[in-house]
Amino acid sequence: MSGVLSREWLLSETPASRAQAAWVRRYRGWLQFRANGLAMVGLVTVAIMIVASLAAPLLALQDPTAQDLAGRLAPPSAAHWFGTDELGRDIYSRILYGGRVTLGMVVAVVLLVAPVGLAVGSVAGYLGGLADRVLMRVTDVFLAFPRLVLALAFVAALRPGISSAVIAIALTAWPPYARLARADTLTVRNSDFIAAVRLAGAGSFRIILRHIVPLCLSSVIVRVTLDMSGIILTAAALGFLGMGAQPPMPEWGTMIASSRAFILDQWWVPTIPGLAIFVASLAFNLLGDGMRDVLDPRQR
Amino acid sequence: MIEIDGLSVRFGRTEAVKAISFSVAQGESFGIVGESGSGKSTVLRALSGLNPDWTGRMSVDGQALTRRRSKDFYRRVQMVFQDPYGSLHPRQTVDRLLSEPLLVHRMDNVERRIMRGLNEVALPTSIRFRYPHQLSGGQRQRVAIARALMAEPQVLLLDEPTSALDVSVQAEVLNLLSDLQQAHGLTYILVSHNLAVVAHLCGRIGVMQSGELVELLSADDLRAGRTRHPHTAALRELSIELEEPETA
Amino acid sequence: MLVEIQNLRIRFPTATDHSDAVRNVSLTLGQEKLGIVGESGSGKSLTARSILRLLPSNAVVSADRLAFDGIDVMRADEMVLRRIRGARAGLILQDPKFSLNPVMTAGAQIAEAWRVHRGGGRKLAMRAAIDLLAQVQIRDPQHVAQAYPHELSGGMGQRVMIAMMLAPDPELLIADEPTSALDATVQAEILRLIEDLVSRRGMGLILISHDLPLVSHFCDRVAVMYAGRVVEELAAADLTRARHPYTRGLLECLPTLSHQKRRLAVMQRDPSWLEP
Repeated sequence: MSGVLSREWLLSETPASRAQAAWVRRYRGWLQFRANGLAMVGLVTVAIMIVASLAAPLLALQDPTAQDLAGRLAPPSAAHWFGTDELGRDIYSRILYGGRVTLGMVVAVVLLVAPVGLAVGSVAGYLGGLADRVLMRVTDVFLAFPRLVLALAFVAALRPGISSAVIAIALTAWPPYARLARADTLTVRNSDFIAAVRLAGAGSFRIILRHIVPLCLSSVIVRVTLDMSGIILTAAALGFLGMGAQPPMPEWGTMIASSRAFILDQWWVPTIPGLAIFVASLAFNLLGDGMRDVLDPRQR
Repeated sequence: MIEIDGLSVRFGRTEAVKAISFSVAQGESFGIVGESGSGKSTVLRALSGLNPDWTGRMSVDGQALTRRRSKDFYRRVQMVFQDPYGSLHPRQTVDRLLSEPLLVHRMDNVERRIMRGLNEVALPTSIRFRYPHQLSGGQRQRVAIARALMAEPQVLLLDEPTSALDVSVQAEVLNLLSDLQQAHGLTYILVSHNLAVVAHLCGRIGVMQSGELVELLSADDLRAGRTRHPHTAALRELSIELEEPETA
Repeated sequence: MLVEIQNLRIRFPTATDHSDAVRNVSLTLGQEKLGIVGESGSGKSLTARSILRLLPSNAVVSADRLAFDGIDVMRADEMVLRRIRGARAGLILQDPKFSLNPVMTAGAQIAEAWRVHRGGGRKLAMRAAIDLLAQVQIRDPQHVAQAYPHELSGGMGQRVMIAMMLAPDPELLIADEPTSALDATVQAEILRLIEDLVSRRGMGLILISHDLPLVSHFCDRVAVMYAGRVVEELAAADLTRARHPYTRGLLECLPTLSHQKRRLAVMQRDPSWLEP
């Protein structure tokens, strides 16, 4: 298949093979995504933030943990683009390195939460009966605890640190996904197209994985993008209580928490990481919205 | 081919199907007519394995049916649903829809079988990678029929296969169904509320009313008005009255 | 004339161009029963709904004349249209399940329609509702008035829907496939009921359907639409003498009970049908 990746080949109305059909689908999806201006803004912002975090050692002006008590709480200047914090550390460098921690935590939580929630919800919704009752009661138990309290208990039982925080947040964040996936599953489980797959002889596992989960994905993606900022804030709260990222490790939420006393006099110290969280959440949101539209072929 | 003896289906406290019995020979078309709520579709769903809450005896090709069906059963018995919008997965292409039975039954030559399947129901291969919403109602029902035939079944259960279609498309689908029956020696059970459609496709007809099979008769007897049960006569009279255009 | 349509055109913009859904349709309707028959996508629903200006928001409508009882619907503002919709012209849709409010009793919904258009107190409206339910030949109107939509059968729901449309005493009834979700026997009953009410009250009726023989039993005139155009318009009694190949095709492709057809005639669509 050399030289076939031309525009006509990619836009063919009548693909000749499965491979071509898959490429056409992807390319069309990309064209549709590209036409959505806000989604593109989200994609570009997310890409910039991830690249900047990964390239933090190259872009940072100084060591994010280097203290300079003489130059503490300095306003933004040529030397310190975003100023310095209460220990005289360069905020710009800490934002870059903090992105690694914060974005890494968010991505890790989402990667843990979405599949677990989807699996629990769709299995409960499709099988119904005893499986549904058991799985949903377990979900309710997790939902019954206040999110932060449960996370705190888990971290305290484990060992304070980022990986514990990720696991703790994941443990408290999956139940809404399970509820969401179950609701979506219930609306399609009795439809004729699922009946048709059952009559093809497919087993429950295959039906759930290949036919039901794809239909639950779009609402889960929206929920994920809305949850991103919540996850960052929970991580920050854990950090503030000494249960998340440990000092001197830079983490956006912890940076706000530790500097909230200066919000009136040295506003930039808590505001800059706050802006970082805001921009990240918004970008993920826009990206998620655009992705949901592309994932639904009926809108094409 | 199909033996049904004393089949009853309950939904909670109501008995939707009350101890009905009939049999269908190999290569025959058997029709079930009745109004909504008469239990005609319920019979089909119990036979197909979609509804496990039945009692009585059913057998296909000499093998008694149990509540849980084997994979082999699903290769031999397939179903076509009423609503071609609802019976095709909205996010799957025709290619994916048709390959599903092949993957489930681990059949070979997927590529060739899909092309042959499309060809058999007179669909152009250009729609192979389309989604259901990009097809017309008639095309969708053809895809549903092609999917049912993928695993090369012996029995096709048809649940109002043409009632959601325009009359001109209905004629094409009915012709297609008779051609396919001839070509593959299929056994049909057709459920419909439209007497003319059932009489067109089926040689023998069962009439259902509130869960009971009130009459079994041949299509010729139905046409000629040799009915025994008043419900059959009433359905026939109405159908004849309304099917002819009014003349001055 | 109750309804005058001249040279109606309805277009929908597409990604590159636009598609014509209705092309140069002209129809008139007095106090009579007109059937519009065609396949899905033939533009029959759009044509009828254009009289009430109930079209999708992206539809581009143009017409030399589009009038309801002398009122120019094309130029009428929302206030005038609202006085026509529901009050002077009622619309009955295919599935009563989706047109009735699931959390209100049937009686309350009819009473509300009555009060909106005629005013009056709750008690009076409820009495009127029960009277209307009796008019649509419901045997136990008191009981049905207390019932919620999910407790009613399809035929009963459609009767309630009709009663609701009759509340403001309209001059025109548009029935858009009112019985395609119903059984044959119920279908006949509902259509007879509509025919009877329309004749007795001296209303105009537009009955939209895909079933040509069926429509001919309940209408005076039939307009056959194909691909957005009226290809043939004729008296219902003359249907067997239809001239257009499409109309004849619609009749011939039906399986019939009275005589056996070995194979159903398949319609051969001629591209020339698309030209005026």
